[in-house]
Amino acid sequence: MSLLELQGVSKRFGGLTANQDVSFSIEAGEIAGLIGPNGAGKTTAFNCIAGFYPPSAGTITLNGKTISGLPPEACARAGVGRTFQVARTFTSMTASENVMTAAMLKDRKVGSARETALRLLAFVNLDAFADKPAASMTISEQRRLAVARALAIQPMLLLMDEVMAGLNPSEVREMVAVVLKIRDQGIACLIVEHVLEGIMPIADKIVVLDRGIKIADGTPAEVSRDPAVISAYLGDEA
Amino acid sequence: MKRALPWLIAIVTAVVLLVLPQALDATHLNIVILVLMAAQLGVAWNVLGGYAGQVSLGHAAFYGLGAYTSTLLAMKFGINPWLGMLAGGAVAALLSFGFGWSCFRLKGHYFAMATIAVAEIVQIVFTNWDYAGSAVGLTLPMDKEGWAVMVFPDKAPYYWLALGLLVLTLLATLAVERSYLGYYLRAIKDEPDAARSIGIDIGRYKQVALVLSAFFTALGGSLYAQKELYIDPGSVLSTALSIKMALVSILGGVGTLLGPVIGSVVLTLIEEFTRTLFGGSGRGTDTIIYAALIVVIAVFYPTGLIGWYRERVRRIKARKAGAKRDDAAAIKQEVLL
Repeated sequence: MSLLELQGVSKRFGGLTANQDVSFSIEAGEIAGLIGPNGAGKTTAFNCIAGFYPPSAGTITLNGKTISGLPPEACARAGVGRTFQVARTFTSMTASENVMTAAMLKDRKVGSARETALRLLAFVNLDAFADKPAASMTISEQRRLAVARALAIQPMLLLMDEVMAGLNPSEVREMVAVVLKIRDQGIACLIVEHVLEGIMPIADKIVVLDRGIKIADGTPAEVSRDPAVISAYLGDEA
Repeated sequence: MKRALPWLIAIVTAVVLLVLPQALDATHLNIVILVLMAAQLGVAWNVLGGYAGQVSLGHAAFYGLGAYTSTLLAMKFGINPWLGMLAGGAVAALLSFGFGWSCFRLKGHYFAMATIAVAEIVQIVFTNWDYAGSAVGLTLPMDKEGWAVMVFPDKAPYYWLALGLLVLTLLATLAVERSYLGYYLRAIKDEPDAARSIGIDIGRYKQVALVLSAFFTALGGSLYAQKELYIDPGSVLSTALSIKMALVSILGGVGTLLGPVIGSVVLTLIEEFTRTLFGGSGRGTDTIIYAALIVVIAVFYPTGLIGWYRERVRRIKARKAGAKRDDAAAIKQEVLL
């Protein structure tokens, strides 16, 4: 049994089909990349897994438990952590309070939540910001703060939506190091990305979507040789 | 020194609050009581409107429910007002589930509009309900006096009651702020989707905030009824009252513990001064000036008086830090030269 399994997941918005019969699976402790050109339906698939959209058809299971159709808060409790394309920082709080709020899902005591928060901030190299207002941090720092916040709910699977978009090369390296450290903790990562340079070297598995349909999955090397993937990204040869 | 200052302020405040009933005549003491009562309502409103960011303009419904419950229980069944007050709080807390069920499916301005509608319904019900005195209202009997029945011929006891209720409401808010609830409510206000993604059931916690807010608002309503010994829909269920509860917090600073207290001092004093200075003309000059002042404050201090004060402190600190940096740069320059 895989950690995460999607079976025939479709999502339609009125007449628009954003995902059509998408199936794939992720094993525990694996880094998986979900890639595809703009408008391929990556974020929609992602939102179905995180509970923000109920799928129109198909099932999603986490560790054998069906999570499709559950609201986001129930998916979070089941073990799905997530970040957003924009960081969605709690701007009235300090960095540590952002992470503490999430840590309270497992332990409501403020003191122990703060210990967890400080440990996770150190994990993403933000310990210096613990008591600074979160709103004053840079985009790159807020992305890592969002990762620390998602980790605080102790997820089995962490979904990251374009964590590397808009970062400079040194910031990308920093983020890659964090992702590898998360995998070493035994947490599976599913990363939506259309910047391929960041994800290809670290992924154990790549799933490629194009116009809502899964066109390939496999190791990064297999996928990058796949003619269907090449034509989706570069267009067909004339 | 830095640590001594808050203690000094606290001690001075306590002393002032202790001597006020002896130092003031009945009229001025009444204004202080009005300040305390409005502050308590603002603090109660702030739990939902400030911390959780759900701006309600229908809180008069809970105030009225508190006032009517304790008054009806005392008049029809001879139940002690202390118990009646708690019963009023319980009734408001219970009915807040209907309030939340109907309003929380809407967000932002639409939520605020829905709360107005629900409060209007409550007002119309009480205006037409003969058992509850309909539009004529209810008059509490004055046959007994003293702490047991919460009826007094002079003002001082009401001062202590209003102060006690304010302190109780502040302590409850402080407990919320310091616990996980405070963090959850701020998360819901800041980023509801992110709050859900970390497992917070936002519907449930908005309702928790509403129950607390409704309970303490109703206690304020019961106290008003005991102080005035007369209530009618116009005095305890009006939309103007709902707006005042929100205004006190917004003026002082939403989502801060003492914001509504400061807002209440400023707002009530403006209200009373404009009334005594311009109220006699009968042309509503006092309300025009009152409204104009509120507009000025809203435009120039959108984060409230506490927000404005914090911004000032931050700027002064930044200026001091900036001066230090300039010094360091100048020294470096000299060394280089």
